[in-house]
Amino acid sequence: MNRYPWWTYALLAFALVVGVLYTAPNFFGEAPAVQVSAGKVTVKVEPGMVSRVERVLADAGLRADLVQYDGNSVRARLPDTDTQLQARDALDKALNPDPANPSYIVALNLVSRSPAWMASVRALPMYLGLDLRGGVHFLMQVDVAAALDRRAETLAGDVRSLLRERGIRHAGVARDGQDLQVRFRDAATRDEALRVLDDQLADVQWSAQGGDAEPRIAGALRPEAARALQEQALKQNITTLQNRVNELGVAEPVIQQQGLDRVVVQLPGVQDTAKAKDIIGRTATLEIRLVDESAAAREAERGAAPVPFGSERFVERNGQPLIVKREVILTGENLTDAQPGFDSQTQEPTVNLTLDAAGARIFRDVTRANVGRRMAIILFEKGKGEVVTAPVIRTEIGGGRVQISGRMTVAEAGDQALLLRAGSLAAPMEIIEERTVGPSLGADNIAKGFNSVLWGLLAIAVFMSAYYMLFGVFSTLALTFNLLLLVAVLSMLQATLTLPGIAAMALTLGMAIDANVLINERVREELRAGVPPQTAIATGYERAWGTILDSNVTTLIAGVALLAFGSGPVRGFAVVHTLGILTSMFSAVVFSRGLVNLWYGRQRKLKSVSIGTVWRPGADKTAGQG
Amino acid sequence: MEFFRIQRDIPFMRHALVLNAISVTAFVLAVFFLATRGLHLSVEFTGGSVLEVQYPQAAPLERTREAVERLDLGEVQVQNFGSSRDVLIRLPVRGGEKQDALAARAFDEICRAEGGTVAQKAYVTEQGEAVSRAACEVAGGATEPVRLMRTEFVGPSVGAELARDGAIALAFTIVGIMIYLALRFEWKFSVAAIVANLHDVVIILGFFAFFQWEFSLAVLAAVLAVLGYSVNESVVIFDRIRESFRRYRKMTTPQVIDNAITRTISRTVITHGSTQIMVLSMLIFGGPTLHHFALALTIGILFGIYSSVFVAAAVAMWLGVKREDLVKPTGRENDPNDPNAGAVV
Repeated sequence: MNRYPWWTYALLAFALVVGVLYTAPNFFGEAPAVQVSAGKVTVKVEPGMVSRVERVLADAGLRADLVQYDGNSVRARLPDTDTQLQARDALDKALNPDPANPSYIVALNLVSRSPAWMASVRALPMYLGLDLRGGVHFLMQVDVAAALDRRAETLAGDVRSLLRERGIRHAGVARDGQDLQVRFRDAATRDEALRVLDDQLADVQWSAQGGDAEPRIAGALRPEAARALQEQALKQNITTLQNRVNELGVAEPVIQQQGLDRVVVQLPGVQDTAKAKDIIGRTATLEIRLVDESAAAREAERGAAPVPFGSERFVERNGQPLIVKREVILTGENLTDAQPGFDSQTQEPTVNLTLDAAGARIFRDVTRANVGRRMAIILFEKGKGEVVTAPVIRTEIGGGRVQISGRMTVAEAGDQALLLRAGSLAAPMEIIEERTVGPSLGADNIAKGFNSVLWGLLAIAVFMSAYYMLFGVFSTLALTFNLLLLVAVLSMLQATLTLPGIAAMALTLGMAIDANVLINERVREELRAGVPPQTAIATGYERAWGTILDSNVTTLIAGVALLAFGSGPVRGFAVVHTLGILTSMFSAVVFSRGLVNLWYGRQRKLKSVSIGTVWRPGADKTAGQG
Repeated sequence: MEFFRIQRDIPFMRHALVLNAISVTAFVLAVFFLATRGLHLSVEFTGGSVLEVQYPQAAPLERTREAVERLDLGEVQVQNFGSSRDVLIRLPVRGGEKQDALAARAFDEICRAEGGTVAQKAYVTEQGEAVSRAACEVAGGATEPVRLMRTEFVGPSVGAELARDGAIALAFTIVGIMIYLALRFEWKFSVAAIVANLHDVVIILGFFAFFQWEFSLAVLAAVLAVLGYSVNESVVIFDRIRESFRRYRKMTTPQVIDNAITRTISRTVITHGSTQIMVLSMLIFGGPTLHHFALALTIGILFGIYSSVFVAAAVAMWLGVKREDLVKPTGRENDPNDPNAGAVV
């Protein structure tokens, strides 16, 4: 009766192998590495970079253990720190021919030392949280109200131009916070305007107010439109932050949305908060200027003459020089959106810009006076400008909606829109929480957490083995198996391990032994009642199962509550705790039973079981000692 | 080895009144300290800044305190953290000034008190990681007189939100456990178990209020974990009570409860003992960060044993649990051979 079918053993063996495989990467430690990532928004790191990095390193006579592409950067693992520094210098020199204007960021970094075949089956070490690794953590609050205000401002401009286009006279458009007020002289005009606005600006809930005496229309952004705007603003901010953080060359930056209007930025290894904040807070700015098309400027473009007074020389993305006037028409502040799209008549890919009311007015005047000339849109990053595009002005452009078209592929249009958007954050952000952990403190925390688990486990092992003899040894093995599974599952999920997570691991192990105590006590009780050993084991396990399930449910309820409502350190605790309860049910019941079955199941005539003293009340003799 | 050689049922319930009086006293005291002293909430909840600095020798606490007080920030705490070399400094939220700037100024003052100046220091660690951090440097000195180990600041709005989320999590756990127990047993047990375990929670909080230990998010997590954990203790006892009602038809309710507790006491003590071993290990090796977490768990586990054994069952008894409540004369419940029907220990 105490035998498992072969497939159950196979399943257990499989779980053991998977457990060992996925736990192992955590013990290889980290090796020095060099990371190559994009230094500008206009540059992309592609898989082809791997061979380029390999070539550069080979030319420099350096041997990399592993060169790997991970989505947006290439990392080369090196045997020691000396080689690492040499490799960095070699790569920096080869990839950035112009040191003043680097296209790539070559940074020192750490990667796991685990063998490549492990990485290929996604057996990777757990991420270490900042408290274990050292680094900075920022929680940033996105000012959504400001984004909504800006949107309302744009809408006010839209209303003005729309009513003018239709020849409807209004007595003023005003913005009151995020709401709009349009006043009219008479009720008939108002009703006509209401029809137009309802039809054309569907994102806004328009309503007629004030009766006949003071006719006006009130407009408020529809909740779903506001929500969409908020989501978009957050997404754009995260993209922008990612671009900026790449510049720091951080190993595994975490940039995540938290809740509706917050962004978490974690930069492991970074200790210099001032520099990190400077980079995170920096805005790449966008400027729109006119191209200098005088004869002198043409000469200067060819390099035959000096740049005329009042103009500057910039480089287009294809590398061609362009002479642009110094006078700035508009900045990125006036740009509210940039999206790729298609021309409604020619079906050509386009980039559509939306300007705010003030920007739209200036833009209309400038375009009216400069039809047929070129304007340049310049993106300034780290103090250096680059011309994103320099289209020809075909007609006067009013209403703040600008369409750039001509000789673009769909992908190019998408890239350009991204570049233009990258110039600014969609909504202002403010740092509301900041944490810095020094690197030595992190290492200290790892040692402390590891020691707690180790010594606790050892003490339990000694106690269990002394109290329950062989069954205690089985329980200890089951507990160790539980730890193995838990670490393997966490590694598979690529969870971030924090100190509270390690505490949860220790606590879960302490609680998980409960299941084995229940089983062992129950088996003893059966033996005490005089049941034959084989039957005692079988009923002991069967009856204990109901209670184990029961007691774990209540613990799970608490775990889920923490998972749902906790944040930060509590979440790390809850994830490990909840997973630990689940793995403990498997290991304590199925795995320990497997061991017992292997040991005792074969013996047909089992006289005694090694489960410590089975004391019978009344008769003061012991039985079943073994 | 066998610790528990119990011949007859121990008459726990005969002393129920005395034990409950002790519980009530402890509970009232805990509430009293909570009301008068209040919890010493961590920065996570209140908002504010924390700096952890390390000195190469025993920390000159007085000098550090004077340096920080020179900033004139109101209530500032300067205390040892873990060892005599580590010092934790807490600064309150100040309207108008950015908190990170405040923390930087505080470190500046502390550094100056040691005769150094703050400068950015960049270097590469042994693992080859580029690090750049604020360091306190003395002209001509090789070592830093004081090192900034960690800074942390939390805005006041975040703190309020965390406190609210914590309360929701607590309420969710209580309601979830009550529903589960009401379904699994019946409402009297559900009420008894929750009363017993909330009594644990309040007593843990009472300890934190009395000793003014820092109540952080980790401690909150410990409290909730204890709540889930010690309820399962009550579940095991209730399971056994149900079985005893079924098996011994002649016994009175207190006798049934005594029998159930006596037969589960061995498992109760060994399980809690094992968990406590683990928690002790955290208390000893876990360092200052895990100290209060482990402390909350220790109190929770000790009172968990007490409350499941003496409080939960007694409350169920006062609520008037009867055989008819648990032993329904229909269906599977009544089948003595059903392996899943009853208590198992």
